[in-house]
Amino acid sequence: MSQSFLIQQLISGVAIGIVYALIAIGYSMVYGILKFINFGHGAVYMVGTYVSYFVWLFFINSVGWGVWPSFLIAITVSMIVAAIFGVLMERVAYRPTRGKSRLTTFMSSVGMALLVTYTMEFLVGPQPRPTPELFPGVKIHIGGAILTGQQIFMLATGIVLLILLQLFITKTRQGKAIRACSEDMGAAFLMGIDVNRSISVSFAIGSAMAAVAGTLVGIYYNAVYPTMGWLAGLKGFICAVTGGIGSIPGAMLGGMLLGMGENLGAGLVASGYRDAIAFTILILVMIFRPMGIIAREQKSSL
Amino acid sequence: MLKITDLVVSYGAIEALHGISLEVGEGEIVAIIGSNGAGKSTLLNTISGLLRPKSGTIINNDIPLHKTDPNKIVGLGISQVPEGRRIFSNLTVRENLEMGAILPENWKTFDKNLERVHKLFPRLQERDAQTGGTLSGGEQQMLAIGRALMGNPKLLLLDEPSLGLAPVLVTDVYRVIMQIQSSGIPILLVEQNAYQALKVANRAYVLETGNIVMGDTASRLLANDQVKKAYLGG
Repeated sequence: MSQSFLIQQLISGVAIGIVYALIAIGYSMVYGILKFINFGHGAVYMVGTYVSYFVWLFFINSVGWGVWPSFLIAITVSMIVAAIFGVLMERVAYRPTRGKSRLTTFMSSVGMALLVTYTMEFLVGPQPRPTPELFPGVKIHIGGAILTGQQIFMLATGIVLLILLQLFITKTRQGKAIRACSEDMGAAFLMGIDVNRSISVSFAIGSAMAAVAGTLVGIYYNAVYPTMGWLAGLKGFICAVTGGIGSIPGAMLGGMLLGMGENLGAGLVASGYRDAIAFTILILVMIFRPMGIIAREQKSSL
Repeated sequence: MLKITDLVVSYGAIEALHGISLEVGEGEIVAIIGSNGAGKSTLLNTISGLLRPKSGTIINNDIPLHKTDPNKIVGLGISQVPEGRRIFSNLTVRENLEMGAILPENWKTFDKNLERVHKLFPRLQERDAQTGGTLSGGEQQMLAIGRALMGNPKLLLLDEPSLGLAPVLVTDVYRVIMQIQSSGIPILLVEQNAYQALKVANRAYVLETGNIVMGDTASRLLANDQVKKAYLGG
């Protein structure tokens, strides 16, 4: 095994891993506050991807803009639509189940995932659609490894978004209120914190991040299709859990670990085992670190 | 002032308060003493809007709290220091105090109130950047009280402020409670530590399994034989 091969797999792993981390944020923030796994998150990811895909093509083909200006419009619209979609999902399907068993909310989220996915399949058809390219032919050589422009773009976007999120959650009043809610909702209520608003903001942020992740993955694998949210959702979930659910640094760490593990494993064994490796990592972490890798206390926090 | 009349609160089929009435006047400390499970925390949580009464009224300064949207009650100046302190252990001391002032109207007075809290609890100023979870029990209680003061309370509800504290710290906490009273904030104090509560209170009520069985000035209750026997250990 050559050194350049290792570097290649590791950097590719980090590039896809940071996208997994973006997906994981949605699980973690929602789990942090509501203590339930939002199974519908993968569907939001898929919806966000389709929105950016259609807006992107519309601006390229019908308005006649270039690939990049069209992309920037598309990603912005997709983040906004996904955020609204996530917030509505909570209002319609999860809030009415509050106060009941968490299993009820979870089942409701499974229902949402199926409903949204198959509604989309009905509307646009099941066939995967190829996306335009952002960096046709761009390749960069680093120490014998070859990185595509898309990989570097994923890395840069992911890092910027995760830093912005960390700043939001630690520096702003609303961010601190979300952390307070995720630690003790009753006490937060006694402070006069608007708990429902904090929940909505968490859904909005997680959903917007998922839209970016979906768009990046869609371009990376050159395929957008209605069931793309299943596996991506599961992997985001794995990252959230392995890192330590409810923790944003945990989500980042989980994403890196899964991305690098997958890529190394796929490179060393066979690429068909990529997903099996992802779930093996989950099982191993659950056996040895049931609270996740970053588990500061029993109480999970953002 | 706070006036509660015939308050009934139940958890599903189980009634926790069977129609109690009490008052807290201007600048008063009023204590509710009673054993575990008497309904003391239920009372405070109903005033704060976490629980809704089945019947009866809670009027504070002419505003019917029992009809007020629970989200708006803190904004009316009803601050609660909950049992077990419940500070945010992953937030810093400063961030905890910010949470107490989260409402826009209280945010405006943040600097002034922070100064006041730091004067009352110099320890909190020293611990400003530490997370709440690293504080000692006594410091956490100070933080919980300080956090409530950041919300410009017009009525302060204290739930078991001495619970789990060493005796020397209990004295400290009660000294601060009296300082808060002298600044003009009425206090409704719930305590199992009846002796401490009756020492600082102007008036007090004895709550037993959801009923108020006695109500009098604190000094007279301290001297009352029944109270002595049931709550003061002799």
